Amino acid sequence: MSTDESAYQALIATDSDGDARWAFGTGFHDPLAGIDTSVPDGIDGDDLSGYCQMLGDDALVMSHRFTEWCTHAPELEAELALANIALDLLGQARMLLARAGHADGTGRDEDQLAFFRADHEFRNVRLAEVDNGDFAHTMVRLLVFSTWRLALCTGLRDSADPVLAAIAAKAVNELRYHRDYAAGWVVRLGDGTDESRRRMRAGLEAVWPLVDELFAAHAVERRLAEAGVAVDPADLRDAFDEVVGTVLEAARLDVPDVAPLAMVSGRGGRDGAHTEAMGYLVAELQSVARQHPEATW
Amino acid sequence: MPTTGVPTGDFTAAPDSSWPLFEVFVRGKRGLNHVHVGSLHAADSEMALHNARDVYTRRNEGVSIWVVRADEITASSPDEKDPFFAPSGDKVYRHPTFYDIPDDVPHM
Repeated sequence: MSTDESAYQALIATDSDGDARWAFGTGFHDPLAGIDTSVPDGIDGDDLSGYCQMLGDDALVMSHRFTEWCTHAPELEAELALANIALDLLGQARMLLARAGHADGTGRDEDQLAFFRADHEFRNVRLAEVDNGDFAHTMVRLLVFSTWRLALCTGLRDSADPVLAAIAAKAVNELRYHRDYAAGWVVRLGDGTDESRRRMRAGLEAVWPLVDELFAAHAVERRLAEAGVAVDPADLRDAFDEVVGTVLEAARLDVPDVAPLAMVSGRGGRDGAHTEAMGYLVAELQSVARQHPEATW
Repeated sequence: MPTTGVPTGDFTAAPDSSWPLFEVFVRGKRGLNHVHVGSLHAADSEMALHNARDVYTRRNEGVSIWVVRADEITASSPDEKDPFFAPSGDKVYRHPTFYDIPDDVPHM
C-alpha cells in the first residue's frame, strides 16, 4: 500500500484552498473578495455612509450586549453560543462601518467609527442598547432582533450597492442560525415551567416597547430605499409578525399589550437620541481604545 | 448582571447534573468518517446538536455532526482489554500487505 492512498491522507491533504490543517478548519474566505468597492454612480455617499452606520451600529451595540454574557450565562454551552452570535454580529459591524468610512470619503476605518464617536453619534435602534435582563429577556431580544435583521438582510442581498449586497448575503446565514437558536429557547422557556414562563412573559413585556422603532423608516432609509440601495423597514413588519407570531404560538405566549417607547421630540436611535443605558455602554466599549489610542495587539 | 432570584454564594453545591451527557462526533471537510471530538450536556438531542455546533465547530472544522447520549453507548471494559484485543496482536496475515493494490483503488 502506498502511503498517499491511505484513507487518513484525506484528513491532512492540502486542498484547493492551499490549507493543510484539517483539524483547525480550512476554506476561510473574504466575503468581499473580488467586489468593486467604489460607490456606484447615482448613490449619495453621505446617505450610504449613514445607512451603513445605522446597520453597523445595530450589530456593534447588540454584539456588545451579548458579549456581556461571558462568564454569566446559565450553562457553558449557552455562553459559547452567545459569544459566537456576538462575534458574528461584530464581523457584520466591522464590514458595515468600514463601508461607512469609505462611502462618505472621510477614509475613517471601522475602529475610528466604533471607538471615537460620541454616544449621540451612534445610530443604532434602541432595542440593541438597553441593558441585559435575565436569560429569558436576552432570548426574546435575540428573537426580535434576528428576525427583523434577517428579513432586512434578505432584502438587502439585491441592493444596488454591491458591497452592501455581499455583506447581507453573508449575514443571512448567520442570522438564520441566531433566529433558530433564540426561537428554540423561547419555545422551551415559554412552554416550560411556571418560573420559566413567568420570566419569558416578563422578557416579552420589557422588549416589546422597543419593537415599533425597528419598522419606523428614517429619511435616509427612505431615500436609499427609493434608489434601490436600502430596504424600507416598514415593509418588513408583516414578515416579522408572522415569524414571531408562529414562535410565540408554539411557546404558548401572547404579544404583550404594552405601549411603544416614545421618541424624544420625534427622534429615536436612528437620529442619535438614545436611552440612558447607551452612555454607559459606549463608555465601556471605548475605554481601552481611548486610553491607548492607536495601540495594536 | 441581574441576579434577582438566582441562587448565588453557595459554591459547595454540586454542579447541575440534571442535563444528560452527550458524545459528539464531527465529520471534517475532507474527513471520510465522523470522529469523536468530545462531550457536552444538553436537555435533549436537538439542543445537543445546537450546542455541539457552538462548542465544537467554531473554527470551521465540520460539515456534519452526530450526537448520541453517552448512556446509550456500550463500551468495552478496560478490564477486558487483553482477552478482547491481544489475540489479534500476532496475526499479521490479516493485514492487506501481501498483495498489490491497483492504483485506481482509493481510500485503502
